[in-house]
Amino acid sequence: MKAFARLLERLAFTPGRNAKLTILSHYLHDTPDPDRGWALAALTGTLDLRQMSPSLLKGLAAERVDAQLFALSYDFVGDLAETIALIWPAEPATGPEVSLSQAVSLLRETGKLSLPGVIAGLLDILTPPERLALLKLATGNLRVGVSARLARVALAMGSPRSVDEIEEIWHGMQPPFLPLFAWLRGGPLPPPVAAPFRPVMLSTPVTPAELAALDPADHVAEWKWDGIRVQAVSEGGQRRLYSRTGEEIGAAFPDLLAAMDFEGALDGELLVRRGDDIAPFADLQKRLNRKTVGRALLQSHPAALRLYDMLTWQGRDLRPLPLTERRAALEAASLDPARIDLSPLLPFTSWDDLAALRAAPHAAVIEGVMIKRRDAPYLAGRPRGPWFKWKRDPMVVDAVLIYAQSGHGKRSGFFSDFTFGLWDGGDLVPVGKAYFGFTDEELRELDRFVRKNTTRRFGPVRQLAPKLVVEVAFEGLNVSTRHRSGLAMRFPRIARIRWDKPAAEADRLDSLRAML
Amino acid sequence: MTPRPDNILCPTEAGLYCPPGDFHIDPLRPVPRALITHGHSDHARPGHGAVMATRQTLDIMAIRHGEDFAASRQAATGPTRIGGVTVSFHPAGHVLGSAQILITPDRGPRILVSGDYCRTPNPTCLPWEPVACDVFITEATFGLPVFHHPDPLVEAGRLLASMAEFPDRPHLVGAYALGKAQRMIALARAAGHDAPIAIHGALQPLCDYHVAQGIGLGPLVPASDPGGARLILAPPSAFASPWVQRFRDPVLAYASGWMTVRARARSRGIELPLVISDHADWPALTATIRELAPQEVWITHGAEDGLLRWCELNAIPARPLRLVGYEDEPE
Repeated sequence: MKAFARLLERLAFTPGRNAKLTILSHYLHDTPDPDRGWALAALTGTLDLRQMSPSLLKGLAAERVDAQLFALSYDFVGDLAETIALIWPAEPATGPEVSLSQAVSLLRETGKLSLPGVIAGLLDILTPPERLALLKLATGNLRVGVSARLARVALAMGSPRSVDEIEEIWHGMQPPFLPLFAWLRGGPLPPPVAAPFRPVMLSTPVTPAELAALDPADHVAEWKWDGIRVQAVSEGGQRRLYSRTGEEIGAAFPDLLAAMDFEGALDGELLVRRGDDIAPFADLQKRLNRKTVGRALLQSHPAALRLYDMLTWQGRDLRPLPLTERRAALEAASLDPARIDLSPLLPFTSWDDLAALRAAPHAAVIEGVMIKRRDAPYLAGRPRGPWFKWKRDPMVVDAVLIYAQSGHGKRSGFFSDFTFGLWDGGDLVPVGKAYFGFTDEELRELDRFVRKNTTRRFGPVRQLAPKLVVEVAFEGLNVSTRHRSGLAMRFPRIARIRWDKPAAEADRLDSLRAML
Repeated sequence: MTPRPDNILCPTEAGLYCPPGDFHIDPLRPVPRALITHGHSDHARPGHGAVMATRQTLDIMAIRHGEDFAASRQAATGPTRIGGVTVSFHPAGHVLGSAQILITPDRGPRILVSGDYCRTPNPTCLPWEPVACDVFITEATFGLPVFHHPDPLVEAGRLLASMAEFPDRPHLVGAYALGKAQRMIALARAAGHDAPIAIHGALQPLCDYHVAQGIGLGPLVPASDPGGARLILAPPSAFASPWVQRFRDPVLAYASGWMTVRARARSRGIELPLVISDHADWPALTATIRELAPQEVWITHGAEDGLLRWCELNAIPARPLRLVGYEDEPE
């Protein structure tokens, strides 16, 4: 449990992706089976444990610690599990270390009524960092900023297997993943599972200048829908819906699973569709990240699939075939039209035709156009060339920088995280945060600006004199109750620094609202 | 009539004042006569008339504030008569030169002012010494039961482990210039780091002084010209200055008792929090009160309410002094 506790702590404090990968791959390499498998399960969300509620935890603490001392401490520390891990009044045992596997099996096998007693017994013999790791496991809330995808990339490091190969077999694997680790070391391929995930083909951005060098006749184009890219697999009686990183998300979409009455693996966009109308992304968001979904939401936010491609069909792997042949097979397939339709191909003969379509899409839920080579096979990953995305021009506003905070890792010592605002009467209302979009040279200039124009400090946050205007580009706008402005931008970044523009001439909140 | 403790020492706006001796202890503003427990800047301020402290604390005040930091100074040697009381200085285990001050009146209770103290072994200063007293004035910087400082050598081991895991990233450790920096260096040495350690210019004079006092710190190089040094120490305030920008993709570490609390580390953008403190943690604070068994406990700066509650639960008479002006743990 000690190594796992150290792992969680390092990951929680390490912001950089590469540093996280280093830490994780070292852990997975150095830790014996089956502990590393249970850790991997905890990090990838595949560990199904009975969960302790915060009130149960508080009850545990109340039996051991004076209420007033606990309240003072909780107030100071701010996190319940952390407070309990630190305050638990027991000297760690000097006996043999409790392994992660032992802790997990206790949590898995203990009934609801005896669980608090078992956890208290473990807390009595663990060190404070181990206690925190245990409580994070028991509350199902690791919060270390590791996605399942990142964990699989770490698995591939130092292994002869590629991350694509890992993703292909991932979904047949159960914790503690002993056959997986054996295979990663060069052992035999674990037996195949029904309806596995296949690594997705991704596109790269393209500019008009780059397009000009390509022959339009070699390409097809289609809309880039603003939903979630998914892979719908129905094979051997098993139906699964995967995100593009291979997470299984089918539990939240029983309506779509029910409509997947085919034998094959299809690539498409997950959307909320009412009749012919595609709902905005915010509607789809209501359906995401749920373990179950209620009847009312199924009625009001019906899920649908809009297909781009066909990977397998009736036992045949179509991925080596050219796109045109896969598309023909897709068009010939019989699918449930109430839930599943095809993303139409766009008519164009020149790039200018396509530019005109891209400039005026018929629906707000179109992010741009996709351009695909007719003769390209379906390739895993993000090969440059066969598929391009040509996004709509982003929305932009001119906003005023109002707060800054310093960055991490390569940006240590530089103010690189900015909050910007728009005018509402005489006030600047914060509307978003941006961390990127500027060059290294611009970062140095922004850092100098922050240091010269700090008006107040709130811990690590600097309040700035409202002087500097930045052009903020973003991909979409949603209504939000969590922000004071009532609006939330998608992918905001600093497109340009307007050293020339007086702050008073920055945009008003009303003009952002009008973009909704 | 036997004088009450308040007649011997009482909180004032300038800090603790002893009427029969007519002196202040660690005063917050210039006073005619000051006794100083240790050299941290919130306890040892310049501008007093006469200052009495340990030889090392006087030296440290001169290094930090200049030779003219006070009109006159006197090194504490043995018990010394001041007005109607006798004062004596006893090691506090906090930083080099740190002392507890015992006030013994001719009649009435003996009062021990702990200043900041620490009971974990520390190669840079004399260990804390138990002193019999009737009233114990304790700090309460870490006066909540969540604070259990781990073995500092284990924390130093975590630093070296991170350096091994990320050999290409310089490791910058924030450490207060007096005490923490030298202890951090000594701990890194004890954990097996023999290579040169680079230090920020602000740490140089006090590191030199420690070495002159016979405390081995091993090879030190200036951070402005670190050569191949991969471990760099700086005062934490340097992390917010452009000084950090010269290092490529550094791991920011911070050696402080506050690093126990994750939110504290996170709000500072620390990647490697090291729980290393020169203050007593909760077990040490409570054990010390039990061990000294004073008739009364007065609690100064820090989390007074936590320690106060503990005293109440253990039926030990206690009161908070609510002195304002001492930092939680200085930087």
